[in-house]
Amino acid sequence: MKYFGLIWRNVWRKKIRTSLTILSVLVAFLLFALLNAVGQAMSSGGAMTGAARLVVIDKVSLINFLPISYQNKIAQVPGVAVVSHQSWFGGFYQDPKNQFPQFPVVPEEYLDLYPEFVLPDEQLQAWKKNRTGAIIGRDLAELHGLKVGDRIPIQSTIFTKKDGGRTWEFDIEGIFDTTDPKGGTALLLFRHDYFAETNTFGDGFVGWYTLRLAEGADPVEVANAIDEQFANSPNETETSTEAAFAASFAKQFGNIALIVTMILGAVFFTLLLVAGNTMSQSVRERIAELAVLKTLGFKDGTVLGIVLTESILIMAIGGLFGLGFGWLAAEAIGSAMAMFVPGGIVVSTDIVLLAIAMMIGAGVIAGIFPALKAMRLSIVDALARG
Amino acid sequence: MSEALANLTGVSRVYQKGKDRVEVLHELDLTIPNGDFLAIMGPSGSGKTTLLNLLGGLDKPSGGAVTVGGAELSSMSNSQLSTWRSTHVGFVFQFYNLLPVLTALRNVELPLLLTNFSAKERANRARIALDIVGLAERAKHLPSELSGGEEQRVAIARAIVSDPTLLLCDEPTGDLDRETAEEILKLLQILNREHGKTIVMVTHDPQAAEYATRILHVDKGKLESRSVA
Ligand SMILES: Nc1ncnc2c1ncn2[C@@H]1O[C@H](COP(=O)(O)OP(=O)(O)O)[C@@H](O)[C@H]1O
Ligand SMILES: [Mg+2]
Repeated sequence: MKYFGLIWRNVWRKKIRTSLTILSVLVAFLLFALLNAVGQAMSSGGAMTGAARLVVIDKVSLINFLPISYQNKIAQVPGVAVVSHQSWFGGFYQDPKNQFPQFPVVPEEYLDLYPEFVLPDEQLQAWKKNRTGAIIGRDLAELHGLKVGDRIPIQSTIFTKKDGGRTWEFDIEGIFDTTDPKGGTALLLFRHDYFAETNTFGDGFVGWYTLRLAEGADPVEVANAIDEQFANSPNETETSTEAAFAASFAKQFGNIALIVTMILGAVFFTLLLVAGNTMSQSVRERIAELAVLKTLGFKDGTVLGIVLTESILIMAIGGLFGLGFGWLAAEAIGSAMAMFVPGGIVVSTDIVLLAIAMMIGAGVIAGIFPALKAMRLSIVDALARG
Repeated sequence: MSEALANLTGVSRVYQKGKDRVEVLHELDLTIPNGDFLAIMGPSGSGKTTLLNLLGGLDKPSGGAVTVGGAELSSMSNSQLSTWRSTHVGFVFQFYNLLPVLTALRNVELPLLLTNFSAKERANRARIALDIVGLAERAKHLPSELSGGEEQRVAIARAIVSDPTLLLCDEPTGDLDRETAEEILKLLQILNREHGKTIVMVTHDPQAAEYATRILHVDKGKLESRSVA
């Protein structure tokens, strides 16, 4: 575009003013990218959503344990196809920063429950032969550069070993992928029997049960039947869908969507004031120059386009840098909070496209009135004043 | 002199100042032959700039007709006038009116942005124009790095770069010292004599007017001639 040189020079006519404006655009889009990415991560529930599965937890609190004996009782409830259990191990790898979910599970039951996780059969066989074996998801393998055959220490923040230590060592026997395009695989699964015999609490409990419904079974009926069965026992249960379970996990972050919308609304309102002011000052101080362009034969529409493009360019420079920094921040926060968002915090294509549309929109809004003023300028009057 | 380049017939220009009606130009007639170097003199506020604006298609008369190079300006739309200006007239102002953010070369190139020339062709032509005004070696300088005389030369290069037949200069030496003013006037003379440009120059400096081939005075909305040798 042949006018680009002219537009670019004009954008930088007051370097400090433009830099400050770009900085405020940058901050706005950084927040936009980051908060939306966090919001999406929270509402997606990470790796835990998926097929029609129910989760049975202790009625009082998610963190209370349930007796191992419940498994057979749940299995006998009509409408339950498969049931297995998991526990929250709460460990980290090498450094407390490296948190991701680890669950002690029963290998075949677990993979039966989560058909979206795909593990090569020879790796499953190897895992079944090795009590201290574990499998990890592809995301986790890539995150920490792990491969089959590695022996990795995981230190639990909840459990203690019978020998007094807190660090369990696992042999990686397999790496699984997921067929769910939205699901993450940043998790480690190890054998419940190994866990049960080595931890100080013993082998009588599990964290929660997950079950898959038989075809045609009504989830509400099944959930009620299970909870009724354990009513008035020391461990009453609460059965809900997996999605609801994930949401209760995320609830501790508050009503994020609303807060995000409110913050971003305020930020963008301010941004439009700042950028709009920059553009109108920029036009006001070069009325004579704009009149000269028109004298030379630049058409009204061209002058309008030049000023609008300047405004959009300022938004685009700040906005793209903002997205870049937002992406870095999302990565950093995502790995620090990997426990809650196993899928990571990702600035998705949706967010990027929406942000680009907003850069153009905000550029037009901030620039339209100055641009119209430039367009409507009377050459004769402007030159007489200049 | 050869055939007429521009013709003003019965041209009036009336401004409305609040309730007052100010007739700056009153049924004015003027013929400008091809190759003319015309100086227009007159007291401040007499309508010299208004006359130039009408000749350059920047303003429209309240009455009468303005014809330049066969084009009837008073009947053209603003958009048509823009296009016409970009190829037929060059403007030179008292305060140069260069774009401060652009180098001398980029300033001169501006009118060519409206053409279909390639970037290379535009730069070539801008360089030639700068060369004609004797500023080839200042191509990369910003206006703030040039003297007043040099800025005015750049402005003249910008005015001739698209090779218009008519140059309109509004007090081109009004902001320059005598010596520099003479250099600019000599340059205009060369453009008139050797490059065949028709020049209309507004000035209130009698010495500047000497460089022209013809002097007209605007007074009370009319033109009167006092020819020079
Ligand atoms: N846009 C305008 N509106 C109202 N009056 C104007 C306008 N432009 C010029 N005038 C008036 O017309 C008269 C002639 O102005 P101008 O042509 O600029 O004079 P000169 O260039 O000879 O000094 C002045 O009295 C000026 O105030
Ligand atoms: Mg004047």
